[in-house]
Amino acid sequence: MNRRELLSMIMSATGYAMIGSPVVLAASASTASYRSAEFTDSDQSLLSDIADTIIPRTTTPGAKDAEVAPFMTKIVDDCYSAADQAVFHDGLVAFRDHCQVRFGLDFSELSDQQRTEFLSEADQTARSYPRSQGSPAHYFIMIKQLTLFAYFTSEIVQTQVLRLVPVPGRYDGCFPYQEGETAWAI
Amino acid sequence: MNHNEYDAIVVGSGISGGWAAKELTEQGLKVIMLERGRSLEHVEDYVNEHKEIWEFPHRDMRTQEMIENYPVLRRDYPLNEQTLGSWTNEQDSPYEEIQRFDWYRSYQVGGRSLLWGRQSYRWNKMDFEANLREGIAVDWPIRYEDLASWYDYVEGFAGISGSKEGLDVLPDGNFLPPMDLNCVEQDVAARIKSHFNGERHLFIGRVANITESRPEQNRVQCQYRNRCWRGCSFGAFFSTQSTTLPAAMATGNLTLRPFSIVTRVLYDKDTRRATGVEVVDAETNEVIEYKAKVVFLNASTFNSTWILMNSATDVWPDGLGSSSGELGHNVMDHHFRLGASGRVEGYEDKYYYGRRPNGFYVPRFRNIGNDKRDYVRGFGYQGSASRTGWSRNISELNVGADLKQALTQPGDWTIGMTAFGEMLPYHENRIFLNREKTDKWGLPILAFDVSIKDNEFAMRKDMIADAAEMLEAAGVKDVRGRDSGYAPGMGIHEMGTARMGHDPATSVLNGHNQVWDALNVFVTDGACMTSASCVNPSLTYMALTARAAQFAVEELKKGNL
Repeated sequence: MNRRELLSMIMSATGYAMIGSPVVLAASASTASYRSAEFTDSDQSLLSDIADTIIPRTTTPGAKDAEVAPFMTKIVDDCYSAADQAVFHDGLVAFRDHCQVRFGLDFSELSDQQRTEFLSEADQTARSYPRSQGSPAHYFIMIKQLTLFAYFTSEIVQTQVLRLVPVPGRYDGCFPYQEGETAWAI
Repeated sequence: MNHNEYDAIVVGSGISGGWAAKELTEQGLKVIMLERGRSLEHVEDYVNEHKEIWEFPHRDMRTQEMIENYPVLRRDYPLNEQTLGSWTNEQDSPYEEIQRFDWYRSYQVGGRSLLWGRQSYRWNKMDFEANLREGIAVDWPIRYEDLASWYDYVEGFAGISGSKEGLDVLPDGNFLPPMDLNCVEQDVAARIKSHFNGERHLFIGRVANITESRPEQNRVQCQYRNRCWRGCSFGAFFSTQSTTLPAAMATGNLTLRPFSIVTRVLYDKDTRRATGVEVVDAETNEVIEYKAKVVFLNASTFNSTWILMNSATDVWPDGLGSSSGELGHNVMDHHFRLGASGRVEGYEDKYYYGRRPNGFYVPRFRNIGNDKRDYVRGFGYQGSASRTGWSRNISELNVGADLKQALTQPGDWTIGMTAFGEMLPYHENRIFLNREKTDKWGLPILAFDVSIKDNEFAMRKDMIADAAEMLEAAGVKDVRGRDSGYAPGMGIHEMGTARMGHDPATSVLNGHNQVWDALNVFVTDGACMTSASCVNPSLTYMALTARAAQFAVEELKKGNL
């Protein structure tokens, strides 16, 4: 792939350009006073539970196995604009409240089925959230993007789930593919 | 010989500077190559080369700190964790934008030869004649035939892989075996050829990555890692470090001095010749003079012109080469960031192995033969087809095991192409010295006043529409045209500001890249360009540099310099 095309193709599974990527930054170039709040252990734990529902352990490692939460919060702390950070932190508060209203329980107390149901609804809400140029995305878009990014770029997934070939040595442009085979890493 | 005295001085160590050093030292000249940036050793200083994605602190995401530190670089892809540290410190080296101009600089040994896209195309005959034929700017003082053998020569040594296509619009060269198109690209190429009656072509890019090992150069063939910009221990792509510097060093005639900012060419108005250059040491601020019979300016387009503007100001207030009134004028780039993409159906049983550091190329087809548009010149496309990965959108899956499983497998094939268009040389597009503002070393900074105009805007309509038309003709689905917006400089193909010409009254350099007002000063980087073509320019800088170096040596022997 031509290096110039790389970034134009960074679209996430959320239908949004990756928050923090140049595509989005061009629209909102505000960089002032980042790091709007600190993440607590409880936040880390919640993000870990959410991520593991988005990407559960199956025959292959899940999001918890890939230790995604610390990396997700690192990206929010270091890469997000102050406005996006605020949306993210406020979103965690809203998420907890909403979970209590809906089930009378914390997310960690829900059954697997309830967790999936609740996040599916959050995903639908986030997808129908009105988009406008330069305005922050819905917080669940951020969580899902970060989960997928943290998961698929982790060492365990790059080396054990995807097919990583550090030095291919050659190029075959008509390489056979059979249904079910995993994608190349990176 | 005094230790500050050489036969030749080469200012800059990027693509053209490396070539100047190699050619001059191989001809027996004692040469000092002055590089304003840091030292960067082949192999050992490629600190990110072997890292996998998870080993980068933010896995290649940009931090807010990076964004704050690089207000220019952040405007496009060059600001990333993989190449952080390769780019010029913007606080130390500011410039002024009368109009927005994105200037992507790399101050290090090897310069942008370590970061370039490696696409390597010859200009065609028409490119050298267009200014004359259309009455635009001034005529090139050379023709394709003047460069053809030099293209052969530099392609041979640099190592350019590519296919011979027999097209006048993109002359074939002295190529190593081509890389392969993938199966989707092959079929799209065949459909485009058939649909457009053989008048439009799609083939593998011609790229400065070697496809056969060259033990004599200590270079191993491309390993298809596609991480060239992190440095390549295999020496598989052309850079100063992999290719020209070892050759120059092997002669025993080269001295390389990093952290050496050339502040001006020393000029003797009685002999009308340069006597050397003045340097300020970037680390110690010590001022040093180096003397030589010949000076090659290869400091990169705008910095070569900056040096001229700062030189011989006692004779010409606007600097050496300004007698023409053209020094600093006619800034060019390639305008781009637009094209089309779409989804390819079928080929579910096909994939690829390896990461090809190259794509396909579609040479110019507009304003050729009987084709006449409402603008002059044309554009080419670069693109590729690939299967989408985990970052794709799957709207029917939201969370859970099904989503996970789907994303671990390759998705649809997609294909996209981006146009690179020729920008005309406009006198009013210029850079100039702002002596009121200075950089870290107290040196005056450059100001930029550049824009694209009606010809480019008219061309941009075709650049999108033609891409979409070709993809649709090839059976691609969901074809979408795209214009991501362009500001001058983003092409990182900056050219002009010290153009070549026939006449000292209207050009800065003659047909051998000599400054008319100081014949022992040669400028052979992008500054010398009289027009821009639409193909990537670096190969032409290599050819012009090798040609000029040969000429300089001959003139020295004749006692003409």
